[in-house]
Amino acid sequence: MDSDEGDREPLSRRAEWSDVIPLPQDDGPNPVVSIAYKEDFRETMDYFRAIYQADERSPRALCLTREAILANPGNYTVWHFRRLVLQALNADLYKELDFLQQIANSNAKNYQLWHHRRWVIERLGADARAKELELNKEILSRDTKNYHAWSHRQWVLQALGGWEDELDYCHCLLEQDVFNNSTWNQRYFVITRSPFLGGLKAMRESEVRYTVKAILAQPNNESPWRYLRGLYKDDIEALVDDPQVSSVCLKVMNTKSNYIFALIMLLDLLCNGFQPSQEFRDAVDALWTSDTHPLDSDLAKAICYILEHVDSLRAGYWMWRKSKLPQAA
Amino acid sequence: MGELAVDKHVKYIISVEKKKDSFESVVMDHLRMNGAYWGLTTLDILGKLHDVDADEVISWIMKCQHESGGFAGNIGHDPHMLYTLSAVQVLALFNKLDVLDIDKVAYYISGLQNEDGSFSGDIWGEVDTRFSYIAICCLSILRCLDKINVEKAVNYIVSCKNLDGGFGCTPGGESHAGQIFCCVGALAITGSLHHVDKDLLGWWLCERQVKSGGLNGRPEKLPDVCYSWWVLSSLIMIDRVHWIDKDKLVKFILDCQDVENGGISDRPDDAVDVFHTYFGVAGLSLLEYPGLKAIDPAYALPVDVINRIFFSK
Repeated sequence: MDSDEGDREPLSRRAEWSDVIPLPQDDGPNPVVSIAYKEDFRETMDYFRAIYQADERSPRALCLTREAILANPGNYTVWHFRRLVLQALNADLYKELDFLQQIANSNAKNYQLWHHRRWVIERLGADARAKELELNKEILSRDTKNYHAWSHRQWVLQALGGWEDELDYCHCLLEQDVFNNSTWNQRYFVITRSPFLGGLKAMRESEVRYTVKAILAQPNNESPWRYLRGLYKDDIEALVDDPQVSSVCLKVMNTKSNYIFALIMLLDLLCNGFQPSQEFRDAVDALWTSDTHPLDSDLAKAICYILEHVDSLRAGYWMWRKSKLPQAA
Repeated sequence: MGELAVDKHVKYIISVEKKKDSFESVVMDHLRMNGAYWGLTTLDILGKLHDVDADEVISWIMKCQHESGGFAGNIGHDPHMLYTLSAVQVLALFNKLDVLDIDKVAYYISGLQNEDGSFSGDIWGEVDTRFSYIAICCLSILRCLDKINVEKAVNYIVSCKNLDGGFGCTPGGESHAGQIFCCVGALAITGSLHHVDKDLLGWWLCERQVKSGGLNGRPEKLPDVCYSWWVLSSLIMIDRVHWIDKDKLVKFILDCQDVENGGISDRPDDAVDVFHTYFGVAGLSLLEYPGLKAIDPAYALPVDVINRIFFSK
């Protein structure tokens, strides 16, 4: 709620609204899910209803939609009407962006706000691009996983451009939090779609190096492992053949901690024809300390068995993976 | 393990309509149609739908319909896909789909399909795979899927598939369990599940289960009861639900109850709301918790309601 809520003067006492008869909510005689209202909110909405029914697209209507939005930002009908008023008044849309930015923090996950923002930017066009990408960064700085903010960012880049600095931005965010899946997703978005980068294949080698570094820093991080696989989309043989991939698995397993994703990747490599050297066998064996249940001689089966136990929430999945392994020659 | 406090939850849902001076109520004004769907479907799963006066509900619902054929969130609001689906779903609960002019509703929905096969939420043009699901689910319930271009709709959804096997809101959008439910549900309803890499997606979905037994919606996020629906129903639709630990999930959902006052919250000890109460109960139904009506994972309606729509007459 806005901080000037407490100083609000009732609409019924404001001279500029004296000609309007407020319309009460029509819930019917026996409301099904009747909503209890605070008095201020009730009054704001009664006046809004009157303006909406009369289709009054005036400056005072614009002010009223602002009050109604502040009172209940989820009310999509008010947002719609505000757009009609903005159009009718040919209003300054840069001022509208300022208004949206003011209320962005308390409404960062509000669908209506984001859609309205997009509508405004569509009308402002490329001129608004740089500032919009900056403002979007501000919102993301408060919640780096805000799904709406990321979706909006992707839309701005595709509709208006501004790709040049995006990979650097992703890198900044990953330095702050390498676990952020949204950032890894954005990185993939940029390397596959930016007109300045040459596409997935061209970027692959440098991206593999980047990802391996991130993995070694925090091996129990789901996102970079998936990202690594994604770099070899439709080219699984190249994944299997890339020594950087198999070696990062080995390095992580040898630390004997946070090795679950490394085991999973090794399993996938084996299932796609990877021929492991003895080092890999030794590394896997070193992870299993039970004498009563020795590991299978088949490395892939052994890995599935370990995962059933160390990733027991997903025991059903690991048992299925084991059942799908080709029978030993 | 605790138990599901059925009577408390029923009382809570019914009391939501009578609560005064609650900010939560104020904020729900424009989405009362969704609230009706969440509350009434929960009552039906708990076997208590008969406690509600169907005629009152139906009369209010019809007042929310516009000339365009779409339904609003409440009387005096604009029409939108979101509320159109909820309206149709509630009418289906009461076996009153016959009060609808089906062509009119279908016309509204088909008019919102775009050239690329995607759907907008309303005339203002927001595009999101949520709306693809809504259009397909709604028209399927009304038995008129042929009113849209299903092939293009499916192609658009497939274009939102990511390298992890999941789906986002638009092409390139991060995989998110809610969006995945929408895409998988839409593909299931249109007989297009062959586009899903079930093993890859199944693994991504079962990775959503965290130590507490709850499910999150994306990697490295907190568990939330609503994902008990979105992740779980997706797993069931692709036939991979045995890849999670069901008992631990049941325990997590039960721990999210307010056993004193009724209702379920997003995670243990938080405030309850109707939204999470519905998803918690629906999730338990999918997990075959005893005493609950079975719910269809694609249509998010009780199975007997779906059977009535597709297998009677």
